[in-house]
Amino acid sequence: MTAGSTEPRTKRVALATSGARAATLAALQSSSQRDKVVHTVFISMMLIALGLALLGLVSLIVFMAIEGGPRLQWELLTGVPSTISPETAGFRTAILGTLYVIGGVVLLIVPLGVGAAIYLEEYADSTKWWNRLIELNIQNLAGVPSIVFGILGLAFIVRGPISIGFVAAAGSLTLALLVLPTVILAGREAIRAVPPSITDGSLALGATRWQTIKGQVLPAALPGILTGIILAVARAIGEAAPLLLVGAVTFVTFNPKFFADGYSTLPVMIFQYANRPQEEFRILAAAGVIVMLVLVLLMNSLAVWLRDRFERRW
Amino acid sequence: MLDTPMAASSAGADVRRSLEAASPRYGEKAIKVFLFACAAISVAVTVAIVISLFVPTFSFFQEVSIVEFFTGTLWAPAFSNASFGVLPIVVGTAIVVVISLGVAIPIGLLSSIYLSEYAPAGVRRVIKPALEVLAGIPTVAIGLFAFWFMRPLAESLLPFLTWQGPFSIGVAAVAVGLLIVPVITSVSDDAMRAVPMSLREGAFALGASKFEVSTKIVFPAAISGIVAAVVLAGSRAVGETMVVLIAAGAGNPRLTFDPTKGVQTMTSFIAGRATGDIATGTIVYDTIFAVGALLFISTLVLNMIAIRFVRRFREVYE
Repeated sequence: MTAGSTEPRTKRVALATSGARAATLAALQSSSQRDKVVHTVFISMMLIALGLALLGLVSLIVFMAIEGGPRLQWELLTGVPSTISPETAGFRTAILGTLYVIGGVVLLIVPLGVGAAIYLEEYADSTKWWNRLIELNIQNLAGVPSIVFGILGLAFIVRGPISIGFVAAAGSLTLALLVLPTVILAGREAIRAVPPSITDGSLALGATRWQTIKGQVLPAALPGILTGIILAVARAIGEAAPLLLVGAVTFVTFNPKFFADGYSTLPVMIFQYANRPQEEFRILAAAGVIVMLVLVLLMNSLAVWLRDRFERRW
Repeated sequence: MLDTPMAASSAGADVRRSLEAASPRYGEKAIKVFLFACAAISVAVTVAIVISLFVPTFSFFQEVSIVEFFTGTLWAPAFSNASFGVLPIVVGTAIVVVISLGVAIPIGLLSSIYLSEYAPAGVRRVIKPALEVLAGIPTVAIGLFAFWFMRPLAESLLPFLTWQGPFSIGVAAVAVGLLIVPVITSVSDDAMRAVPMSLREGAFALGASKFEVSTKIVFPAAISGIVAAVVLAGSRAVGETMVVLIAAGAGNPRLTFDPTKGVQTMTSFIAGRATGDIATGTIVYDTIFAVGALLFISTLVLNMIAIRFVRRFREVYE
């Protein structure tokens, strides 16, 4: 029972283990043929589905690039809109209009959106009915169709109580209200991700509520808040429907002003060019789509990069 | 003494001081009021939307009977012999919702099951942002893509259908479907990833295959989030304007279920009408608001349903 018997014993153990493994495998693999087929079919269905979605995305970009490619010159950006000479017409006034409108949107959504997010996360007592109302209301506003904001802009901003007329500022205000829920929801997510221990620590050291927010919460939540703002701005750049109602459908051949009648934006101008029957205008519109896509996709990528780069797990 | 620290400090015991701020700190209070005002603006916006929609709608219904509005089958508000039956454009919207969901539900759900259950981390890191890019594409671009590329493609793929004119609501709806795929994917992916790992491990331990775990464990466990995703996507489809305006046309209000025809929807009616010349105070001007009110109510109902379902899956697993 010394050295001699250990070897056959390990052999016996090895034999037993492999026997057990074979039995288990046999039991598990009894249905494996069917499972394998199901598995393969299911995986290919999922990949086809995903492929279709991505194919749509890629073919849109490729199609627009081929269609608008011939007009991708500097004149496209600097040319003044024209209904008679599509070969030299461009998007100059529409790009300026977009800059004005989006500038106004940024000025409005940064304080309002971040302020609302801070209030809801840091101050609001969620047992109070009015705070719950605000929360539910923001969730609902996020789902209101953009064209309804256009109606609001027409009835309340262009005419009605505010009555500033069909000017770029009206477009700014309308789009700002449209994308505000996006900024608030993203800002809340970012602020909520800052652990309470940091807030509590700051308060325990004698900082006031606002000092804590300014010194600790906001710096930590900044990348998330910025991501939300950039996504909101990207959406505002591409939005056309509400602007149709607040005066952007004018064929402006002069540089727009913020508070003067007559402005258009890039997507609305594209829509107007596309509405013209001649082939040249179609090429022009497609080239405009490329410019808009580049702008919007750059901003989206920046947002995604910011989020991935600075996302902190506490 | 432990019960009344304030009394102790006011009694002159230097060691125990009040934890209350020494000064009233009006600045802090002003900031709180300002932040509250920021949050309250959203409520003001909703109130403004309701007022701006329902006041003109009220005056609209003083001239047009509600019964005619909801049961009439002829929509011609701008004609001299005006008719205000909203059904044709409601049917147009319904066609868009049904077809777009028919496209987006299988694509979106299969993609999200793949992303949450099957995809390796590396693939996920590439595909997720790609879908976010798709979600960020301006709707004007998608509309023009549908009008210029998908419509001729549909004609050559389905030559046996009778295609007339440049517009077709079916093509527009498929493009809307492409647009709402990311909505379905991101919400239902969130819901499926919120299902605890222990449920999957338990099923695997009992000998379930990957397919069985995905479809019989994870999918049912995440069902409320998936329903919310579909409802949200439906609400997006109801409110989608530019794609429908460009690819289905704004000038053809007719009651038809034929997806090859150009059909007006609620949104494309509003956008098409508003781009033309409209005089305030006329009945035609008021129709914009009446249709807008109908649109607002239908998306509001869908959003409330979605919010309720999202809340349910959050409550269960988070």
